Amino acid sequence: MASYSIQINGKNYSVDADPQMPLLWVIRDLVGLTGTKYGCGISQCGACTVHLNGNPVRSCSLPVSATVNQKITTIEGLSADNSHPVQQAWIKEQVPQCGYCQSGQIMAAVALLKRNPNPADKDIDMAMQGHICRCGTYPRIRKAIKSAAQVQTKSITSKN
Amino acid sequence: MSGVALTLGVYFPVAAKGNGEVITGDTAETLGIELNAWVSIDKLGKVTILNHRSEMGQGSFQSVPQMVAEELEVDLDHVRILFAPGSQTKYGSQITGGSSTIRGSYKQMLRIGATARDMLLETAAKKWNVPKEECYAENGEAIHRPTGRKIGYGDLVEEAAKLQPPKDVKLKLRKDYKIIGKPMPRQDTPLKVNGKAEFGIDKKMPGMLYASVERNPRFHGKVKSFDDTAVRAIPGVKNVFKVQMPVFGSTRDGVAVVADSLWTAMQARKQLKVVWDDEGFEHLSTDQLFTRMKEDLAKKEFSQRTGGNFEAAFEKADKKVEAVYETPYESHSAMEPLNCTAFWQESGVEIWGPIQAPDWIQRDVSDRLSIPVDKVKVNMTFLGGGFGRKAFTDYTYEAVLISKEMKAPVQVVWTREDDMLQGPFRPGAVYGCKAGLSKDGQIQAFQTKMAAQNMDHQDVHPDSTMFNASTTEGLLEPYFSAIQHYSFGDIPTESPIPVMWWRSVYSSTNGFAYESFMDELAHAAGKDPLEFRKNHLEPDRYRALIDELIEKSGWASRGKNEGWGVAITECFSSIVGEVVKVSKKADGKIKIDKVIALMDCGWYVNPDIIRAQVEGSIIMALGAATKHETHFADGKAVEKNFDMYKMPRIGDIPEIIVHIMDNEEKAGGVGEPGLPPFSPALCNAIFDLTGKRIRKLPFNLDEV
Repeated sequence: MASYSIQINGKNYSVDADPQMPLLWVIRDLVGLTGTKYGCGISQCGACTVHLNGNPVRSCSLPVSATVNQKITTIEGLSADNSHPVQQAWIKEQVPQCGYCQSGQIMAAVALLKRNPNPADKDIDMAMQGHICRCGTYPRIRKAIKSAAQVQTKSITSKN
Repeated sequence: MSGVALTLGVYFPVAAKGNGEVITGDTAETLGIELNAWVSIDKLGKVTILNHRSEMGQGSFQSVPQMVAEELEVDLDHVRILFAPGSQTKYGSQITGGSSTIRGSYKQMLRIGATARDMLLETAAKKWNVPKEECYAENGEAIHRPTGRKIGYGDLVEEAAKLQPPKDVKLKLRKDYKIIGKPMPRQDTPLKVNGKAEFGIDKKMPGMLYASVERNPRFHGKVKSFDDTAVRAIPGVKNVFKVQMPVFGSTRDGVAVVADSLWTAMQARKQLKVVWDDEGFEHLSTDQLFTRMKEDLAKKEFSQRTGGNFEAAFEKADKKVEAVYETPYESHSAMEPLNCTAFWQESGVEIWGPIQAPDWIQRDVSDRLSIPVDKVKVNMTFLGGGFGRKAFTDYTYEAVLISKEMKAPVQVVWTREDDMLQGPFRPGAVYGCKAGLSKDGQIQAFQTKMAAQNMDHQDVHPDSTMFNASTTEGLLEPYFSAIQHYSFGDIPTESPIPVMWWRSVYSSTNGFAYESFMDELAHAAGKDPLEFRKNHLEPDRYRALIDELIEKSGWASRGKNEGWGVAITECFSSIVGEVVKVSKKADGKIKIDKVIALMDCGWYVNPDIIRAQVEGSIIMALGAATKHETHFADGKAVEKNFDMYKMPRIGDIPEIIVHIMDNEEKAGGVGEPGLPPFSPALCNAIFDLTGKRIRKLPFNLDEV
C-alpha cells in the first residue's frame, strides 16, 4: 500500500492503494466516480477508457502508480451539463441502449475528434475498433461522431 | 391509496435529470400522493411515473412512461421516472423477457394514465362546479373549455386520490395520439452519456463489502476442500467460505472471498486453492455434444405439432429435399458482468441489481429463506444488457447467502471470465429437415426434428418425456395452413450444461434452420424465394409484408455480382422480414453490403426505439453467425473473455435500414424478433452469390 496523488477532472485526490491497483478501481471505488466501467479487465472492450493527458487509455490495465501527476479525465469531466458536443451528438442521434459501454465509447470519440476533426469512415473504424457494444449501437455511434464533427467544425469556422 | 404529500417537490434540469432512481424507503416519501400503482403527483404538480419492467437497453424506461403520459396528458420532460420495486401484487408480472412489456401491458398502461386523468378532471369539475364533460386535460393541468380556467394537477391530486377509480375510462383513438407512435427522445439517454446512470455494479452502500466467488467450472460440482491460507493473509480480506448456488434443479458450489474492496477480493481469490468434486455428471466436449445431437436425429422424436401424415406424403412427393443444420451454444456476454448487492438482516432482505425479474426473485428468495414475501425488497437498477441471463434467480440468491454469512451488505461481482464461463448458455441445436414438393413447387410435406437441450428438463422434478414446446417458434404460422402434412418434434439432448433464454430464445436457432431450408426448397422448386413463400402464405398481413419488403429492398432490381437473401420469421407476436445483400470484395472475400429489415409489430409506442432494437438484434445475430460460439472441453466452457469470444466491432457492421409496417394489428414484441431472420437471410444471400450453402454456424465470412 502507498499513497498516491492523482488528478481527476481537475481535482486532486490522495488515495491509499496497492501500486498495482488498476486506475479503473481507484476511480470507481476509492474516488467514487462510477461512470467509468469494468467490462473485461484485459483491455479488450474499451468500457474502462479514460483520458490520460488527453489520450484515451484502458484504465483496467493501467496501474495507479503510473498515473501520478498526470491529468486524468473521466466521462464525468467532459461537462457539468451534457453540453460537450460529443454528448450532444450522442443525445441527438439517440445512441445509447443499455448505455454500459457508452462512457468508453464517448471518451474514445472525444479523443478521435480532437486529433482528427473530420474523420472519414476508416478513421472512425480505427479509433473505435477497440470498443465493444453488445447492444449494437455501432451505426449510431458512427453517425454521432460525424454529427459532432460537423458541429465542432461549424463552431470553429463561426468563431473565425 | 393516498400517501403523505411532501410540501416541497424536487425539480431536475432536463440535462441532469435524476431519473432512473430506485424507490427506497426515503424516495417513497418524496413521490407525493399515489393515484395508482404507477402514478404519483406531489402538491407542486411534480408527476412521478414508475417503470415496472427492467431497462436493459430495450427502452422500457421510455416506452412505459410514454404510454402512461399520453393518456395522463403530461410532458415527459418534466416527469420523474423511477424503477418500481419488485411486487407482483402491485405491478403484475415484472419478468422482462419474451419482448412482452408493451404487448403484455399496453392496454393496462393506457388505462392507468387515463384513470388518473379522469380522477383529476372529476376533481376539477367538482371544484368549479361544472360538468366534467366541459373539462379536458393538457400538459399537467385540468382546463375548463368554456371559460379557460385552469388548475394544475398538484392542486387536484389530494382530493383526486380519495375518489374511487372509474371502472370504465375512455381511451384515445390512435389518430389522436400526441406522443405515442412518435420517436420521442429517450429519457434515460441524458444519464447514459455522462456516467450518471446507475447500473447494478455501481451500487454503493455504507459498510458494503465486496465478494468474488470461485465457482465450480463444471456447473454442478462440489467443493471437496480448499486452502485459503494465502487469501486470509491479504490485507482487506474479511472472510472466505463455501457458498452454494442453485443451478435450476441442481446446485453448484463455490468459495466466496469477501473483502473491503472489489479489486482486493478479485486479486485475493487468485490465491485460493480449491479441490473440486465433479463426480456424478458427464464432462462433455463440443464434439461429443454435437455428435450426440446428430446421432439423436435418428431416434424417434417427441412430437410437438403434427398435421396430416408426413411420412406418407413425403414418400409420394415429386421432389424430396433434406438438410441438416447446426447452430452453436452461445453466451449472453452483456457488457455489464453479472453482479448483485444484497443486504440480509434479521428483519428482512434487500437486494439491488441489474435484474430482469424482480418479482420472480422476490418470490424465490422468500421461498428459499422461508420468510414472507413482503420481507424481501428487490430493487432494479439500470442493466448493462440482459438478453435473458439477468432474469435468472441464481446470482441473486448467492449474494443473499453471502450477505447473510457476513451480516453486512455485500456486492458480489462476477469477473468477465466468471460471466462468460459459468452460463447458463443458449443451447446449441442440430436440425434434421425434410420436405416433399409437388410438381408445381408447393410444399406438400415438411418435417423438422430438433436435437437440442430442452430448458424445461432442468427443473427440480423434470418430466423428461415432455416435448419441447418451442420447436415451431419462429416459423410463420400460416405455413401450417398451407402445408397439409407436417411434423415438428424434438429429441432432447442429455447434457449437464445449464441452458436458458438467449435473445429470441429457440427462434434464434430455429430461424436459421427453417428459413435456410425454405430457401433451399424455393431453389429446388425453381421459384423466387419471396414468391415461393408468398405461395404458402394466405393471410393479407403476411402478403402485405412481403410486398413491402420487395419494394423497400429493391428486390426486383438486383444487380449482377450481388447476392440477395431473404428470411421472414415471427416470434413474440411480431413478424420480421430481412433482406441481406452481399457482394465480393476485390480480394474475393464476401462483404455484407446492406441489410433491409421490415418489422411488423402492430401497434407501437416509439418507432426510433424499434429501429434501434432491430439494428441491435441484427448485429447480435451477426456475431452469432460469423464471429463467436461457446465451446466446451472436458465439461467446462472454453471461451473466457473477449480475446477468445470475438464480438462484432464497428468496422464489421453493414448498412442497416429498418422499416416499420403500419397497420391496425395488436401490439407485438420489439426487443427480440429482429434477431432470427438475419443469419438465414445472410446465408441465403451467400448461396445466391456463390452457390455455396452454409448449414453450420458460426462460419468465417472471410473463408467462404
